[in-house]
Amino acid sequence: MKKNEVPQDKSNLESVNFKELCYAVDENGEYTTAHSTGWDPKTIALNKAIEEIHERTENAKQRVLNNTTSPIEYYMELHKMDLPILSSYVGFWKWRVKRHFKPKVFNKLPQKTLQKYADVFDISIDKLKNIADGN
Amino acid sequence: MEIKFTHHQSAHCENGVVSNLMKHNGFNISEPMVFGIGSGLLFCYIPFLKVNHAPAITYRSMPGSIFKRFAKRVGIKIKHEKFSNPKDAKVRLDQNLANNNPVGLQVGVYNLEYFPDEYRFHFNAHNLIVYGKENNTYLISDPVMESVTSLSEKQLEKVRFAKGAFAPKGHIYYPTNFPKELNIESAIIKGIKQTCRDMLAPVPIVGVKGIRMVAKLIRKWPKKKGTKVANHYLGQIVRMQEEIGTGGGGFRYIFAAFLQESSKILKNPKLAELSTEMTQIGDLWRDFALDLSRIYKNRSAKEDAYNNVAIQLETIADKEEVFFKALKKAI
Repeated sequence: MKKNEVPQDKSNLESVNFKELCYAVDENGEYTTAHSTGWDPKTIALNKAIEEIHERTENAKQRVLNNTTSPIEYYMELHKMDLPILSSYVGFWKWRVKRHFKPKVFNKLPQKTLQKYADVFDISIDKLKNIADGN
Repeated sequence: MEIKFTHHQSAHCENGVVSNLMKHNGFNISEPMVFGIGSGLLFCYIPFLKVNHAPAITYRSMPGSIFKRFAKRVGIKIKHEKFSNPKDAKVRLDQNLANNNPVGLQVGVYNLEYFPDEYRFHFNAHNLIVYGKENNTYLISDPVMESVTSLSEKQLEKVRFAKGAFAPKGHIYYPTNFPKELNIESAIIKGIKQTCRDMLAPVPIVGVKGIRMVAKLIRKWPKKKGTKVANHYLGQIVRMQEEIGTGGGGFRYIFAAFLQESSKILKNPKLAELSTEMTQIGDLWRDFALDLSRIYKNRSAKEDAYNNVAIQLETIADKEEVFFKALKKAI
């Protein structure tokens, strides 16, 4: 990549006024660094990934409202987590977290367990139980 | 208290932290030098690790390994510590700052307040330097940022004790002992040798063989997983290859810069030639990323398109195979 070819496309970095550093060669073939504001192929990839997370979150929300999963799964998706990550944060085995996705199990969870999830998601237990509040 | 510290922006966080700490201690070591000596270049497909619901592909060696190898090869001593208790981790950090010693920290990105929201994923192998503390606020030099920044005690504790894969566990590290002179020449040779060995390794998921395996998978994904998932995987490849920290072209440009610098230090013109070749291979990786993006941009891609990018990837594998064999001979 030549220095004058370092892409200067619009990207999500613009909002925070941040440029990333790239390596490129100058006109004499010497390596140097250059700032880039972004590159479309990766901006599109990132936007698609974010879209995907929104879809997953929306899907989980619908399933909570239909009472087929518990709010824990919704908040997990909202926080861009997956099962291994959530299980590691909350300190339960993966199968236990998965069990807590069942609305029946979730409704009987003790306060202490709920508090652990609420702490991970940085919300109150009320909000954990009722996803419609403030969302 | 604030330690006199000069922030230099770098492409990649781990190289940047090492380079900045070395510069702080009076050794002018560039980012590509750290990367090359630490054998940072790699290709590895990790089928058992999923990142954002897609298989993980990495273009660099394991987090932390660049610094470890670099230190060993140039002859500096590094102190590493991990903690189970956040309080102990904070005490150790404050002690070091009180002793005028800037330290490197491994952190998770998800709760890193100064990062743009879109970039905050559960990625735990980010590195930054803490160079001071004022009114309970830590002064931070994050190598990928253009300028210095800061984090509150609570914010820093959160990122130091992020959970998930590669959980940092408060990981703190700093150089403790420097030789009078660094053995740069022998370190460069060791670094290059290991990179050649890794890239030509007889392991199906590593190096050139790993690249070929991913090419095969790209052909299979649309049939096996459906276009939606396949495209999500392709997007993930581009992100791993080009995201902030790679310097572009899946670290290939940083490696080419390292070869160019090494050619001058070792007075070996062959390395300069190979640097130019690596730049061209980097350009091929960029073209590959561009063509992948054309596929996931419009959802109704033809099957032929997947085949085309797979062929492109196989060409890259062939070129890298020839390249690393030549590099092995050149030193």
